[in-house]
Amino acid sequence: MPQNEYMERFTKQHGKRLDHEERVRKRAARETHHASKQAQNLTGLRAKLHQQKRHKEKIQMRKQIKQQEEKNVKGAEDSGPSSTPLPSYLLDRGKETNAKALSSAIKNKRAEKAAKFSVPLPKVRGISEEEMFKVVKTGKKTAKKSWKRMITKPTFVGPDFTRRPVKYERFIRPMGLRYKKANVTHPELGVTVQLPIISVKKNPQSPMYTQLGVLTKGTIVEVNVSELGMVTAGGKVVWGRWAQVTNNCENDGCVNAVLLV
Amino acid sequence: MATVLPPPSKRQKRDDAARARDPVEQPTIPEGLQRIQFRDADTGAAQGPVVSVSLADLRSQNLSLLLNSLLGKTDPADRLPYRFYNPLGDGEFNQEQIIKAYVDGTTTTELQLNIPCRAEAVFKVKAVTRCSASVSGHGESILSAQFSPATSSRLATGSGDKTARIWDCDTGTPLHTLKGHTGWVLAVAWSPDDGVLATGSMDNTVRLWDPEKGTPLGGALKGHTKWITSICWEPYHLREPGRPRLASASKDYTVRIWDAVSGHTDMALTGHKGSVTTVKWGGAGNIYTASQDRTVKIWTSATGTLLHTLTAHAHWVNHLALSTDHVLRTAYHDHQGRKAVPDTVDAKRKKAKERYDAALAPAGGVERLVSASDDCTMYLWEPSNSNKPLQRMVGHQKQVNHVTFSPDGATIASAGFDNHVKLWNAKDGKFISTLRGHVGPVYQCAFSPDSRLLVSASKDTTLKAWDVRTGKLAENLPGHQDEVFAVDWAPDGQRVGSGGQDKAVRIWRN
Repeated sequence: MPQNEYMERFTKQHGKRLDHEERVRKRAARETHHASKQAQNLTGLRAKLHQQKRHKEKIQMRKQIKQQEEKNVKGAEDSGPSSTPLPSYLLDRGKETNAKALSSAIKNKRAEKAAKFSVPLPKVRGISEEEMFKVVKTGKKTAKKSWKRMITKPTFVGPDFTRRPVKYERFIRPMGLRYKKANVTHPELGVTVQLPIISVKKNPQSPMYTQLGVLTKGTIVEVNVSELGMVTAGGKVVWGRWAQVTNNCENDGCVNAVLLV
Repeated sequence: MATVLPPPSKRQKRDDAARARDPVEQPTIPEGLQRIQFRDADTGAAQGPVVSVSLADLRSQNLSLLLNSLLGKTDPADRLPYRFYNPLGDGEFNQEQIIKAYVDGTTTTELQLNIPCRAEAVFKVKAVTRCSASVSGHGESILSAQFSPATSSRLATGSGDKTARIWDCDTGTPLHTLKGHTGWVLAVAWSPDDGVLATGSMDNTVRLWDPEKGTPLGGALKGHTKWITSICWEPYHLREPGRPRLASASKDYTVRIWDAVSGHTDMALTGHKGSVTTVKWGGAGNIYTASQDRTVKIWTSATGTLLHTLTAHAHWVNHLALSTDHVLRTAYHDHQGRKAVPDTVDAKRKKAKERYDAALAPAGGVERLVSASDDCTMYLWEPSNSNKPLQRMVGHQKQVNHVTFSPDGATIASAGFDNHVKLWNAKDGKFISTLRGHVGPVYQCAFSPDSRLLVSASKDTTLKAWDVRTGKLAENLPGHQDEVFAVDWAPDGQRVGSGGQDKAVRIWRN
């Protein structure tokens, strides 16, 4: 490992070789040939490592190309009109209005009665009490009757929660499995934002789990969407919105949810 | 056990005793007479003779009565409501300030105070408070709305479903569906005589309709190569009898003047280097156009030659307003409705001209122009005198989308994407107040015909009615399901019509 910036120091003092730029260009030009040669000739572990490296590079390349294409497409769309009708004073304003494209489509959908109660995950796997709770058998009296339970799933507890005295605490919600924030995806916009959870509205497994604030797949939580800048029909800023948990939080170590709109 | 208050402290006791000892002196209005002279706020002309009034009686209500009787309007039916301004400074008339000045000796009874006054509209519009009808019919967002100049019972809307519709606001029902366009209807405009409705569309054409029967008048007016952004009719008093004309502004950088009877292009005004956003036809025969090439251009309507180019803006010019917009739109229709409409064409023209001249008075006999721009500023122009702006109006934090003059020509309201509506003095372009309340960009605003109220439409799905004088929210009007694109206050003040992305037209009443 170099201990100092001695190469920079040298170039500062003595300058670069006269053909430096040329050499750099040629080296870069050789790069592809070199990579291709390696890809064809390497064997064994080295080939594997090379493939992995190359794979990652290609992912990056594809992402970049896609970004570039999107940029170009956007430029083209600016001149053409959008698909939703807009008044003339908004026609040339690019895509800033599109962030609201969500609402009309969603509102139409919500107008249909049946869609009103539909959620992205209509069915969930049942979770038995044995899986949910671990019987706590520490201490003389607790062990004898074994009435104490530890919740083995992630939970949400309110900001002002304090644990009850040990003697009365029937359900322990472990600190390490508590979550305050959820990664909420907006289904129409396709953006994901980390938002604070306000409360657990409904755990489809059982009303008791709702009360305990257990976060399992399919749970409906209320999240604080104030930073998304949504507005109600009355013109007030929407503060809380419901979202459904889409992953098995106990396996993933994070809460992912999709906004119900 | 009841809680016993602690005994009062020594200081409290002392204060109480002092209060009991010396009685409080009521602020009294000193005896004295003040010589006052009423002057017109716009022209400065004296109104009535100099009179002496006791200081105690110097109140706005008393002054209004006094001025009316000085001007010989003794019959209560003839009386005009007046608005008085502070003779010693800016703002409203204030009795306390005059008394204060009298007490500290800045004014004396010998000096005469010039009290600026301005006659207000003789009729009073009540703030709209409720949604009287929510009529669905359009299949797509409503992009533009305008009331008929003659009556508030007819509203025309243009929509993204390629139709325009005329609504009967008395019953809240659709009256006619105007089918013919093959693109979104972006602009609707009633002719000032209420006889023709013009619609401009995304399909590059303008169409004319008979609003009574709902039938097309001729075919499409073709000529533009891109969509129509704005339409304006020739003022009634300027039009050649039997040959009404209209101007349409388009994205294709041109403005075309059409003969509404033959359907031919009269002239094409070319010269802009960007999309023309607004066209206004002034009452003196000038056509004002605002464009995204950062300029406002003025053309003569007779020959179509370019008179001036107003360059001051640093970004797109989004909207224009004339101080005479209201009278040009309504021509000979005044607040009295159909019964006051003259019979003959000559009488109509005369009345339209009279109303136009009356509307010019506050600005000193010339048309004022205000332009709103993406550079977050507005400029006030007096194009007939100078091609330099009178005043630059700064204060908006984001682009200004819409600007409008009050019908009496005394106030300018501007709606911006920074969620605020701002009021400005139309005389000198000074800032008056900010109307805060919307939580989304404000798209449009419209004054009530008596200039006392303003209604604004916003992306936050609400309309809000504001009291112009106090700058307070008069009424919050939620009800739309989605953003509101278009709003208009009927010229007779009865109704407000609005439409937006939720496809329903809403009629608001008091």
